[in-house]
Amino acid sequence: MKFVDEFRNPELAQVLSREIAQLCEPNRHYKIMEVCGGHTHTIYRYGVQDHLPENIELVHGPGCPVCVIPMGRVDDGIAIAERDNVILTCFGDMMRVPGGRGSFLEANARGTDIRMVYSPLDALRIARDNPDRQVVFYAIGFETTAPSTALTILRAEAEGIDNFSVFCNHVTIIPAIKAILDSPDLRLDAFIGPGHVSTVIGCRPYEWISRDFGLPLVCAGFEPLDLLQSVYMIMKQFTEGRAEVENQYSRVVSYDGNPVALKVLANVFALRPFFEWRGLGSIAHSALQVAPKFAKYDAELRFEIPGVRVADPKACQCGEVLKGVLKPWECKVFGTACTPETPIGTCMVSSEGACAAYYNFGQYAKQRLTLEVLS
Amino acid sequence: MSKSFTETEVGDRIEQMRRRPQRFRDERITMAHGAGGKASRALVEGLLVPLLANPALEALSDAGLLTVGTSRLALTTDAFVVRPIRFPGGSIGELAVNGTVNDLAVSGARPAALSAALVLEEGLSAEVLEAEVTAMADAARAAAVSVIAGDTKVVERGKCDSLYVVTTGIGVVDDRAVLSPTFVRPGDKVLVSGTIGDHGVAIMLARGDLDIEADVRSDTQPLWQLVDAMLAACGDGLHCMRDATRGGVATVLNEIALSAEVGIVIEESRLPVRPEVAGAGEILGIDPLYVANEGKLVAFVAPEHAEAALTAMRGQPSGCDAAIIGEVRDEPPGRVLGRTTFGGHRLIDMLVGDPLPRIC
Repeated sequence: MKFVDEFRNPELAQVLSREIAQLCEPNRHYKIMEVCGGHTHTIYRYGVQDHLPENIELVHGPGCPVCVIPMGRVDDGIAIAERDNVILTCFGDMMRVPGGRGSFLEANARGTDIRMVYSPLDALRIARDNPDRQVVFYAIGFETTAPSTALTILRAEAEGIDNFSVFCNHVTIIPAIKAILDSPDLRLDAFIGPGHVSTVIGCRPYEWISRDFGLPLVCAGFEPLDLLQSVYMIMKQFTEGRAEVENQYSRVVSYDGNPVALKVLANVFALRPFFEWRGLGSIAHSALQVAPKFAKYDAELRFEIPGVRVADPKACQCGEVLKGVLKPWECKVFGTACTPETPIGTCMVSSEGACAAYYNFGQYAKQRLTLEVLS
Repeated sequence: MSKSFTETEVGDRIEQMRRRPQRFRDERITMAHGAGGKASRALVEGLLVPLLANPALEALSDAGLLTVGTSRLALTTDAFVVRPIRFPGGSIGELAVNGTVNDLAVSGARPAALSAALVLEEGLSAEVLEAEVTAMADAARAAAVSVIAGDTKVVERGKCDSLYVVTTGIGVVDDRAVLSPTFVRPGDKVLVSGTIGDHGVAIMLARGDLDIEADVRSDTQPLWQLVDAMLAACGDGLHCMRDATRGGVATVLNEIALSAEVGIVIEESRLPVRPEVAGAGEILGIDPLYVANEGKLVAFVAPEHAEAALTAMRGQPSGCDAAIIGEVRDEPPGRVLGRTTFGGHRLIDMLVGDPLPRIC
């Protein structure tokens, strides 16, 4: 497929692979965190690790929108959906996320009307088509998806659609990275920066990472060659003694971000004082809520929300996995009690979750099989 | 501190879990139970098969086999609840005939006769009904089979979605066919009969809630002629076939890997995928390997017969894009691995949740 295959070229991968190996100090172990779940997915989907030397370890970060949703917020969503006359809408990945009272899929089996949409605009269309019902969009995601939610609220206002509201769970990436860097049990050497988030916020917000912590960060695209090239750029920084923010994804990301999107975010949303992250606990100024001037579109004000905090299951170690302290398979319940079909933790739900990605694609990758199918 | 495990030990533990007999423990049926992946497997193997226990059913094949007198017969049944009922490349009536004919064909049985039960929603337009029954008649004619029995029921408005069709088919197992997952062995080649993912993507686009326009048509078609040609070309060198419907090619490969206790490796660059299907999959984050087909089979063929099978398949209209996509290995038993287009490796597991309910 044109404009896609170019970024998955195995010959180019081998060239980069050799160059990366040459930059590697043989006795040093490199721990590089890919912040974004989309990168985790690509790494496993394409076997990117197979092109890296043994001593470069990719550590999976917290940037999976579904994975950071705490159980209580799932229950809140179900509580909204259980009210008379409500249609709750959400992205497909959310349907199987377990809350304290089961998932949205299970709630539907009990009688709620929770529908999967591909875009918040689809939720608005459902509201337009069902004027007698309350339609709520269960918004999740980092700065990547927040602008589309914001624009949908503006559209609802422009069209005078009053039966639409947003249950906002949008989070921001910088406080999550800070929480990881403040975590005492992890030592990282560099970051692969989240490409789509950076499309919105640009690269400048990461500068403190290289300045204060002396760590390279390279914003990367989502094709496998993007990731290999980003590792190459990071290794290059190591050998040249630099620690900088660089932009590998320049075909999409501009260093200063997208000013239009940022303006919309600032207009429609306000920072929450605190937000609870699955496994990471409460983090200050780490999430967005609907701004007071758009309060009529805020589902948290329109409906009574139980807002009960539900503790993560004891056996679940998603927090450690999200911080990169534990590899997915090191979690006690990985692959046995916790599997993609019966997930205990969120990391096992989304294809961007480190556990699900490892479970689905990762095992056996290390065997480095040589396949010569037609030999 | 609890004991920590090595990565290999964890892999072994997962294998044990995976091979445990399926148990059905859900309190209610969710849409996941109908999606053809792991939840469906738990429902079938954990509830239905144990209660209805008998050897023919326990084989978990596309059709149950029975011997009447000296005749080997194959019996299969399928319910069709697709929405929308008409889509590019086909409709529910055509699907209901081809789906059942194909379950017989991949069991090595020449379709002999079908029955059809129609569940009709109050208010259904007679014109729509007539069009669908005509589609069934045309499809039956094309597959050289007759619908010789039937039933109709009408339910109140809202209790079904336009119409549902249940077809049952009976076929005579061909003398040349010696097919079973247990005959699949290391060294066998894995073939698919054409482009994958067409039906599932066509349905998804036909629902119209994606705002993606692409010329993707369902691949619904009968496969007996193709199977006939393959049996003529390789006889008992053809070890096993499956119809790659719900859950797609990946699910078929996993089922065979598990029941034959073999490893299967595929070369992703050899998978025939239409650019439109690949493109839609890219946008939606859906892997064509897991998308339903309604006129494609996966075959496991002894290596010395693989080229003959491929030539025979390509000589048929329904197999013109056939390809050898991989092979069977000793290791790792019960697992499917892919060599990615990028030159890396990945595990190809069973489907968990299906983003596309009611595709057939």
